[in-house]
Amino acid sequence: MEKWYLMTAVVLIGLTVRWTVSLNSYSGAGKPPMFGDYEAQRHWQEITFNLPIKQWYFNSSDNNLQYWGLDYPPLTAYHSLLCAYVAQLINPDWIALHTSRGYESQAHKLFMRATVLIADLLIYIPAVVLYCCCLKEISTKKKIANVLCILLYPGLILIDYGHFQYNSVSLGFALWGVLGVSCNWDLLGSLAFCLAVNYKQMELYHSLPFFCFLLGKCFKKGLKGKGFVLFIKLACTVLASFVLCWLPFFTEREQTLQVLRRLFPVDRGLFEDKVANIWCSFSVFLKIKDILPHHIQILISCCFTFLSLLSACIKLTLQPSPRVFRFTLVSCALSFFLFSFQVHEKSILLVSLPVCLVLSEIPFMSTWFLLVSTFSMVPLLLKDELLMPSVVTTMAFFIACATSFSIFEKTSEEELHLKSFSISVRRYLPRFTFLPRIIQHLFLISVITMVLLTLMTVTLDPPQKLPDLFTVLVCSVSCLNFLFFLVYFNIIIMWDSKNGRNQKKIN
Amino acid sequence: MAAFGIATGGGNWFSALALGVTFLKCLLIPTYHSTDFEVHRNWLAITHSLPISQWYHEATSEWTLDYPPFFAWFEYALSHVAKYFDQEMLNVHNLNYSSSRTLLFQRFSVIFTDALFVYAVHECCKCIDGNKAGKELTEKPKFILSVLLLWNFGLLIVDHIHFQYNGFLFGLMLLSIARLFQKRHMEGAFLFAVLLHFKHIYLYVAPAYGIYLLRSYCFTANKPDGSIRWSSFSFLRLISLGLMVFLVSALSLGPFLALNQLPQVFSRLFPFKRGLCHAYWAPNFWALYNALDKVLSVIGLQLKLLDPNKIPKASMTSGLVQQFQHTVLPSVTPLVTLICTLVAILPSIFCLWFKPQGPKGFLRSLILCALSSFMFGWHVHEKAILLAVLPMSLLSVGKAGDASIFLILTTTGHYSLFPLLFTAPELPIKILLMLLFTIYSISSLKTLFRKEKPLFNWMETFYLLGLGPLEVFCEFVFPFTSRKLKYPFIPLFLTSVYCAVGITYAWFKLYVSVLTDPPVGKTKKQ
Repeated sequence: MEKWYLMTAVVLIGLTVRWTVSLNSYSGAGKPPMFGDYEAQRHWQEITFNLPIKQWYFNSSDNNLQYWGLDYPPLTAYHSLLCAYVAQLINPDWIALHTSRGYESQAHKLFMRATVLIADLLIYIPAVVLYCCCLKEISTKKKIANVLCILLYPGLILIDYGHFQYNSVSLGFALWGVLGVSCNWDLLGSLAFCLAVNYKQMELYHSLPFFCFLLGKCFKKGLKGKGFVLFIKLACTVLASFVLCWLPFFTEREQTLQVLRRLFPVDRGLFEDKVANIWCSFSVFLKIKDILPHHIQILISCCFTFLSLLSACIKLTLQPSPRVFRFTLVSCALSFFLFSFQVHEKSILLVSLPVCLVLSEIPFMSTWFLLVSTFSMVPLLLKDELLMPSVVTTMAFFIACATSFSIFEKTSEEELHLKSFSISVRRYLPRFTFLPRIIQHLFLISVITMVLLTLMTVTLDPPQKLPDLFTVLVCSVSCLNFLFFLVYFNIIIMWDSKNGRNQKKIN
Repeated sequence: MAAFGIATGGGNWFSALALGVTFLKCLLIPTYHSTDFEVHRNWLAITHSLPISQWYHEATSEWTLDYPPFFAWFEYALSHVAKYFDQEMLNVHNLNYSSSRTLLFQRFSVIFTDALFVYAVHECCKCIDGNKAGKELTEKPKFILSVLLLWNFGLLIVDHIHFQYNGFLFGLMLLSIARLFQKRHMEGAFLFAVLLHFKHIYLYVAPAYGIYLLRSYCFTANKPDGSIRWSSFSFLRLISLGLMVFLVSALSLGPFLALNQLPQVFSRLFPFKRGLCHAYWAPNFWALYNALDKVLSVIGLQLKLLDPNKIPKASMTSGLVQQFQHTVLPSVTPLVTLICTLVAILPSIFCLWFKPQGPKGFLRSLILCALSSFMFGWHVHEKAILLAVLPMSLLSVGKAGDASIFLILTTTGHYSLFPLLFTAPELPIKILLMLLFTIYSISSLKTLFRKEKPLFNWMETFYLLGLGPLEVFCEFVFPFTSRKLKYPFIPLFLTSVYCAVGITYAWFKLYVSVLTDPPVGKTKKQ
């Protein structure tokens, strides 16, 4: 590639931004007794290093599950173990059993931050670069701009390098999976996706589109011939990778069940803290969490999730194409986020990843969504004292998107992928031509509310009677935005093929 | 909507570049800052809470005010904003005070004053000819130049990590250069006069300004062969120039003259009590001289030519003490450095007078002045290399030969700034930013001049690649060896000597190119 140096520069900018954000505070810094996610990750290193594998997920005198017990799948545990070996070489105090609880120091922070950067550099960033290089129909310059925008997405940077988590690993594996199945390396793709699921169970949000896409591919090849072979191959790959990851836990039935219980804590509530989904926003009016019995809550959330993603999944199975696949990833993840049981505010990153992938196709809407998704995490970021990096990275991301895609000039019906939808509506409502303008106005309103709410949260003290006022407002506003996006993405998916045909006619 | 797009920089690459680097600067706020942070806080306090008569006498803190009056006034103006952030930082006795609000204020003051630098870069971009403009935006000289200036690695780490106010000062300098390119000589001279009263280090390049203005502004015409036409001398121009410089100086120094404090001010501005080299040797001629002395003394000891008892103890830990005592070679006095500097500057000045080549010739002469004083000056800081690097960026996009010199000078000069940041959290930042700038500058200039001969010969390539292993050795290998305690100065020594070689080479090459270049401007000037 002739412009490799620009690509290198873009990656280096991404890395620099990541490292500068990591100089800031992390979740639970200096806040005993529970601290935060940073301590959780350190604690997992301590547990996995000092205890035999059989005790990792069990409560014992050495492993108090109430104090950040391991509740991620085995791959996370192995990763923690690997990090612990390195920590052991540098300073054994960092992972000493019991005594290292709540350990904090500059050197340790540096070590933890470095582990995130290295994981990111090995898994997520190469996937992004490769994905953008594989994109067809856009110029080299656009590809580089696309890499820049994806790498600058503030949500992921702030959560991984500010708050402290390893989302880039699971999201990176998922991205390798998308890359694989889109390029017809189905086995590699499904292997990568299995790794993602085994790193973080939340990746299950993406599992249905993967399943439907691959199933659709099998159908397309004919279920009696090649398709069946592919199906068997895929099933074997998935089974094998799961078995490999879970091998130490398959020795006893109780082990497997305990890990599963830890991964899916159904007895925790419908939602935790304040999250921008339907249930939390709706509870402003009606406290469903307290009124309805537990199992009904689960049932309701399951039904809603299932209904909201059904149409997109059927469409994908019938017409498996990488394009529809990407859009379905967005809408399924969004349905899960909005309707499913026990959602965290950070899970919005699972929606953001596929949105990043369609950034070059629908720049305007994607940028808007990515801004909202970052905004929805504002209460969390403020708690971690990450105001400054949040504002700066968000503005930088916005400028990067606005400059590289000139998003404000791309708001016509065609560029919003709403052409065929508008045509169908116009059969009944001939004067239906104002959709782009409405969307532009909605964007302005949305951005202004986000800015105002952020300003209010930062500067004003909430009234004493309603200490969570601003947090709830942030969640409800984001939730409204997300509902709108859910509708939008479903419309795009449903009207996709017609759109494609129309384009062919124009060409 | 379209207006919104324009306001947010949609499609406008220059504002996107400027905004981008501004955001990066904001992200650098929590990084390590040096004692210069306290220096400037102290100056804020001095100028805010004391009468003018005390400014250059106050000595509660060891960091006394040692910049010219305009800078003091600048701090005075800042202090009136600072009081809304944190009143406590304006107390002279609050030594080493750094609350989070103080930090925010000081960092933002640097970021905001950089607006002048951005404007200056914008003006400079107008001055270079875009004839070679490729189709692609990223291959246009203007684009490359603005990246080289706005995203300059040295300026970023010196101003926004180490902490200083070089941004707006270099902004003034670039703006004044741009004005001279635009034939607005009076404005250029005015800006430079103001700049001199902000920071006197710019005196290094004053000869170039003086001679250029005299030769190309006060003399209005040349003879056909390019030599001077004495009859075209314009007294009016000389007088107006002189008057303006005088007025600026009067405004700056007048109050102190009235207070009868000029000697005190000058004693603060030019402290000759410091040593030949800074604690970390700036990579110049004296670093090579010291290194030679060291090598000779070691050889002497080995061959028993020197008496070990006579060797001053401090010389074995050089790099850690201020005063370096030479053992074999003669010691260097300030007068010697002054003479060396003048001798080194003279040829370029002669060239400017006898072979006038318009603003480009002036720019070369200015760079040579800056580099020569860096090479031979007394107690030179490694940061002073920026004085040559930034103006050189303007030349680099014009000619392949200049681009090659620029790349060697910049890469080694920037690498020599590495010891400024020695804390672990900043290690990735400096390496990443350095890689970013170096890879970009080398590749983009190579793309720009791809039709001409390669920018580097094998020796230069080898030398530049050598910086990589040097960094690995100094920061990743040496600290883990047992020799770290016995010879802690080795990394600094190696860095300094290695970079000195590159900078001396670049200086020499630039001099040769200036002296041997045919006077192209001759025919054009008539």
